[in-house]
Amino acid sequence: MPKRTDIKKIMIIGSGPIIIGQACEFDYSGTQACKALREEGYEVILVNSNPATIMTDPEMADRTYVEPVTPDICARIIEKERPDALLPTLGGQTALNCAMALFQRGVLEKFGVEMIGANAEAIHKAEDRGAFKAAMQRIGIGLPNSRVAHTWAECQAAFTAVGLPAVIRPGFTMGGTGGGIAFNVEEYEEICRKGLALSPTSEVLVEEYLAGWKEFELEVMRDKNDNFVVICSIENLDPMGVHTGDSITVAPALTLTDKEYQQMRDDAKAIMREIGVETGGSNVQFAVDPRNGRRIVIEMNPRVSRSSALASKATGFPIAKFAAKLAVGYTLDELQNDITKATPASFEPSIDYIVVKTPRWAFEKFPGANPVLTTQMKSVGEAMSIGRTFKEAIQKAMRSLETGRFGFGADRKEALETRKFSRQELKAGLIVPGVERIFMIRRALRAGMTTHEICTYSGIDPWFIDNFREILEFERHLRGLGTLDKLDADTLREAKRMGFADAQFATMFNVSEMAVREHRKKLGVTPVYKLVDTCAAEFEARTPYYYSTYEEETEVAPSDRRKVMVIGGGPNRIGQGIEFDYCCVHASMALRELGIESIMVNSNPETVSTDFDISDDLFFEPLTFEDVMNIYDVMKPEGVIVQFGGQTPINLARKLHEAGVPIIGTSVDSIDTASDREKFHALVKQLGIKQPKGTMATGIDGALAAARDIGFPVLVRPSFVLGGRAMEICYDEGELRHFVGLAVEAAEGKPILIDQFLDSAIEIDVDCISDGETTVIAGIMEQIEYAGVHSGDSMCSIPTRNLSENVLRDIRETARKLAKALNVKGLMNVQLAIKDDQVWVIEVNPRASRTVPFVAKAIGVPIAKLATKVMCGHKLRDLGFTDEIVPRHYSIKKPVFPFNKFPGADTLLAPEMRSTGEVMGIDVTYGRAMAKAQAGASQALPRKGKVFISVKKTDKQHLPPIAQKLHELGFEIVATKGTADIIRAAGIPVQSVNKIQEGRPNVLDLVINGELVLLINTPSGKDPHTDEATMRKKSIMKGVPTLTTLSAAEAAIKAMQSLKGEEETVRPLQEFYA
Amino acid sequence: MLEDGRAFRGRLFGSERKGFGEVVFNTALTGYQEIITDPSYAGQIVTMTATQIGNYGINAEDNECEKAWLGGFVCRELSSIVSNFRSEKTLSEFLREQDVPGIDGLDTRALTLHLRKHGAMRGVIAPAQDAAALLADVKASPTMEGQDLVKVVSNRAPWDMQAGYESAFAETSVLKPLTPRLKCAALDYGAKTNILRCLVQTGFDVRVFNATAKAEEILAWGPDAVFLSNGPGDPAALDYAIAEIKKLIARKLPIFGICLGHQLLTWAFGGRTYKLKFGHHAANHPVKELATGLVEITSQNHGFATDPKSLPADVEISHMNINDNTVSGIRHKTLPVFSVQYHPEASPGPHDSLHLFKRFHAMAVEHSSVRA
Repeated sequence: MPKRTDIKKIMIIGSGPIIIGQACEFDYSGTQACKALREEGYEVILVNSNPATIMTDPEMADRTYVEPVTPDICARIIEKERPDALLPTLGGQTALNCAMALFQRGVLEKFGVEMIGANAEAIHKAEDRGAFKAAMQRIGIGLPNSRVAHTWAECQAAFTAVGLPAVIRPGFTMGGTGGGIAFNVEEYEEICRKGLALSPTSEVLVEEYLAGWKEFELEVMRDKNDNFVVICSIENLDPMGVHTGDSITVAPALTLTDKEYQQMRDDAKAIMREIGVETGGSNVQFAVDPRNGRRIVIEMNPRVSRSSALASKATGFPIAKFAAKLAVGYTLDELQNDITKATPASFEPSIDYIVVKTPRWAFEKFPGANPVLTTQMKSVGEAMSIGRTFKEAIQKAMRSLETGRFGFGADRKEALETRKFSRQELKAGLIVPGVERIFMIRRALRAGMTTHEICTYSGIDPWFIDNFREILEFERHLRGLGTLDKLDADTLREAKRMGFADAQFATMFNVSEMAVREHRKKLGVTPVYKLVDTCAAEFEARTPYYYSTYEEETEVAPSDRRKVMVIGGGPNRIGQGIEFDYCCVHASMALRELGIESIMVNSNPETVSTDFDISDDLFFEPLTFEDVMNIYDVMKPEGVIVQFGGQTPINLARKLHEAGVPIIGTSVDSIDTASDREKFHALVKQLGIKQPKGTMATGIDGALAAARDIGFPVLVRPSFVLGGRAMEICYDEGELRHFVGLAVEAAEGKPILIDQFLDSAIEIDVDCISDGETTVIAGIMEQIEYAGVHSGDSMCSIPTRNLSENVLRDIRETARKLAKALNVKGLMNVQLAIKDDQVWVIEVNPRASRTVPFVAKAIGVPIAKLATKVMCGHKLRDLGFTDEIVPRHYSIKKPVFPFNKFPGADTLLAPEMRSTGEVMGIDVTYGRAMAKAQAGASQALPRKGKVFISVKKTDKQHLPPIAQKLHELGFEIVATKGTADIIRAAGIPVQSVNKIQEGRPNVLDLVINGELVLLINTPSGKDPHTDEATMRKKSIMKGVPTLTTLSAAEAAIKAMQSLKGEEETVRPLQEFYA
Repeated sequence: MLEDGRAFRGRLFGSERKGFGEVVFNTALTGYQEIITDPSYAGQIVTMTATQIGNYGINAEDNECEKAWLGGFVCRELSSIVSNFRSEKTLSEFLREQDVPGIDGLDTRALTLHLRKHGAMRGVIAPAQDAAALLADVKASPTMEGQDLVKVVSNRAPWDMQAGYESAFAETSVLKPLTPRLKCAALDYGAKTNILRCLVQTGFDVRVFNATAKAEEILAWGPDAVFLSNGPGDPAALDYAIAEIKKLIARKLPIFGICLGHQLLTWAFGGRTYKLKFGHHAANHPVKELATGLVEITSQNHGFATDPKSLPADVEISHMNINDNTVSGIRHKTLPVFSVQYHPEASPGPHDSLHLFKRFHAMAVEHSSVRA
């Protein structure tokens, strides 16, 4: 049957901001869906609050609502747009839950909207823990012993039935949020209560803990005719107990016989039928007891998931695209396999390589959080690698992570490691899954532990452990050669086939990486590139999607067209995520518009950039010098773009340049000038631009001397780090002493930077674009938090609100001067501080910044594309972009934080960036845009109720006007005694409440009982163990909007004023630009 | 070493003898054991495109035949460790026992692409030696076309297939026994054990007859139905089998054929088969049943295919392979006879088509009641 003609207009819900458990993969799936549906002639209405997505580019959908993904707002959009159908399965758990709420509120029925892809009944059956259990029992599929509970009393009953240890899984949450493993009764109560609170349906599943069972996933699709296919099988290296998002995973499954695998496939098929996912992709997770093969189902997701993005990249099969097409009535056999263009989509991909996915964490940013992996996902990103064997793929995966590892150890990071592990520590490190457990395996192997012991402690299959052992044994053989010149071509080739990197040889033989590279090239040991073709070479493939390996025959045949290579951003991390992928995708699009062949290199499977139809050539490779150079050597592009992938390509730029690679756009020297303090200082001095005093110091004494010279407060940070990692403001010598210790470690021997800190300055971000002659301001963003909060963590607004025309003129002038002096070709980001109407320059990055997509959406100009064209030699004048656009509407960017995943860590904003993503609120007034930004970030502002206020001493003077406005808005104000006295003295009604140690009931009780609707707390110290911190953490867990700066409070009041007596309105981007 | 002179270097394992055969590739991700023990691979050297082979070892209950008949085995990386609770020995030990030479470490994708482009061809697995002499040996080895390999693998006196395969992992656990129990004569051209198990499990008492058995001998047993098995080589070389099948058709017995059995039925109906360029050896081929439009993912292993134009008017095409639109199943319009080119018994491969055994049973039941 061909597509449905009874529906014309389809609404797609996106996944909102990037959070742990929901990252770029839903931009990838949503973008594919938009394209697939429009290709079929449907009108697409899109809702997503995340401006950094490709899917919210105005040309991706007919009507693009950058609005909060909430049931209220979606209901308004439905009312306004009257779509025929709603596709809820491509925007992660957020979209699924939102769609379910719309269904339950009767919105869909009222406006005659049909849910396609998966209907409400199927979603309920799969997501509701009780309904799922019943469904599995009906079809006789094994489940762990478990009980569903909705109250603490039911949890206690479940405890009796299940016992300890127990896994607690909340219903309808994503990334295992709120779940965990309880080993004792205290943990049991804590996790159950948290799970009940976080589940939208107050439901948890208490399940036996299957210690040491192996975990598998099948990515499956089904169409309306009941045709069923498995796209990919995935085996988790980490056994049950570690969330699959936090596990190293391998495709295809490697340790199942055909008999076991086919039965798993039968189960998945039966589950799809029973749950009733009629059209689309799902993910089914299984646990297998390695002792006897007993198999049970853990859960299924009736939607496209992170694993489906991985499966798509691992096989070349575009699951999201086909899910969208199945949803409108196609069957699998009617769709063509995009890669072969000859065979149908109704087949099961076969792969002739091994894919490894490794997660990347950010525990170092959340001191106080417990870095142990459980059933709740905590990683912020992932890298995928492809090799012909597991050994090759795992080593490539390790270097793809960009954490200083170049493989299974034998690298500089390991050489610098001084810590010794006792046998007891090794055992503990194997038993308790932590970050980098794989290196604990290495240490254990080196210490002579047997495979059996390692497997027993870790629960990891011996097959993997022995492969690690083989890598180590070969490394020992290599080390035994003694010197690089003893390494002959055959041995080197064998090592390369095991995935060893040049950098590892460099460490092993104590030579430079360049020396290894030269030796290797001299011996003629260079990689070949093989195709990812869905069919293990059985059919001819036309899609240029490649990975490197060391084999006999290469399949890449460079054309003689003009070619430019774009280096991507690698795995997501805090400070470098989807925004840079957005820029890379735009670069590729722009190159294609110019008729230049675009070559994309990236290692992040979640992204749009690694979709094979975005670029002319896609290389799924680690972003290291060696891997990038190897591609360069083969493809010989006329230029390489390093401006768009964040810090990753910038860090490679110098080495690539020195190796003779033409870096296009702003020169490597300019990039260096901007990042080298001495050079940059000289430059701004010469340009007559103000800069806070600063110096470099090594060691604590040097830092103290420097700070005394500059004067407190000072900003302290290690040089060359991303996202303000280990950056801190120190107000006195005590703080400085404490912090420098940490900074020295993060700097890995490099000096520490000490800068004058401009207290209470307004921070400004400027993105501009320059062709070397003309510089056009793309956006001036006023940050809402004062200086001292990392710009990535601060809310900001376009246009600015508190700056005079004179100051704005100075800002523009400063940016132009800098762009000219640095001879910028492409994008440049400038961070400025405004204090007493003076413009101070903080930092310049002659590359695309995190704010580029936000600015592009705010002003309606694709600045990353323009920048790409500029880099390729076009002039802004010819491209028609010569004047700054200052929009009449307001766009507010608001970051979102993963604090609820790291219960131990404090929630304060600081110079170190900790947000994982952002939303945009766009509306005609500042207040309304702010209200939407808050709602989009799941911090919807209240209209009435109790507001708690407590501010630090220096903020007290600013308190009365804020309290007054809150009072006028009809809020009840609650404060602890000192604050209450000030408010009362100003003649504003206020209730006093006990501080935590002042007795009960106290403020914490109010938070826990859900009596507060808003919490305003400007912290008086940084100690996360204070009462204040406890209160903030609690309110975050309870989902109470929490504001930690007065400027944010003022902004929120503006927003609440705009909500007063008014209904929200919704408006698509396309209308803002019109 | 391939017959066109292309050579690949790797590490030898298994038997130390030279292994000759037609080199083919199989894209199944699991099931190397079932593939190695499938008698249909007699005379062939099988290249696995999946790269990590041997991971879960070998266990006796998953064998498709006690003997591995294939000419040689090629993979990218043979696992040095075995990890599975049912494993009894390593793949390399097994191949040594079975006297099958193997090789790993070579660029199997390059080999696969070569075969895809140039077609399946003869080759040898042997220690590196004088290339010209080796090439001469390859060229002297027999070609697949016209070769009767059935007589090599089918050499037993009639025997009764016993029930009793009780593994929890067997495909047969999916099949529910049907009543009444009927007698099925299975012609063994190189049958996979799992087909016979499926027949037993579905509700047949199965007597297995040698490929050279005469129709009279089979009929003397009084079967309710006849099954034609899979097997190796060129169907066109099996005149003796085709002749007997014609007699069985004439007796209006319900007949079901799989793979070579399907090709022999094609000939018995007066049709022809032709050699495919590199054959179908996979566990992921989509087959559409024309009557329902439904697609099943099937296990396939064949080098020859039914020529659709050669079929007489009273035989219709029931199934198509929608990858390349080759014939995947045929059915007689009036007689109770049908066959499929692919492997409904799976092993290895998906279980999507196991229901065909039930269909065969139902057909046999219907027919026997008519006769009664």
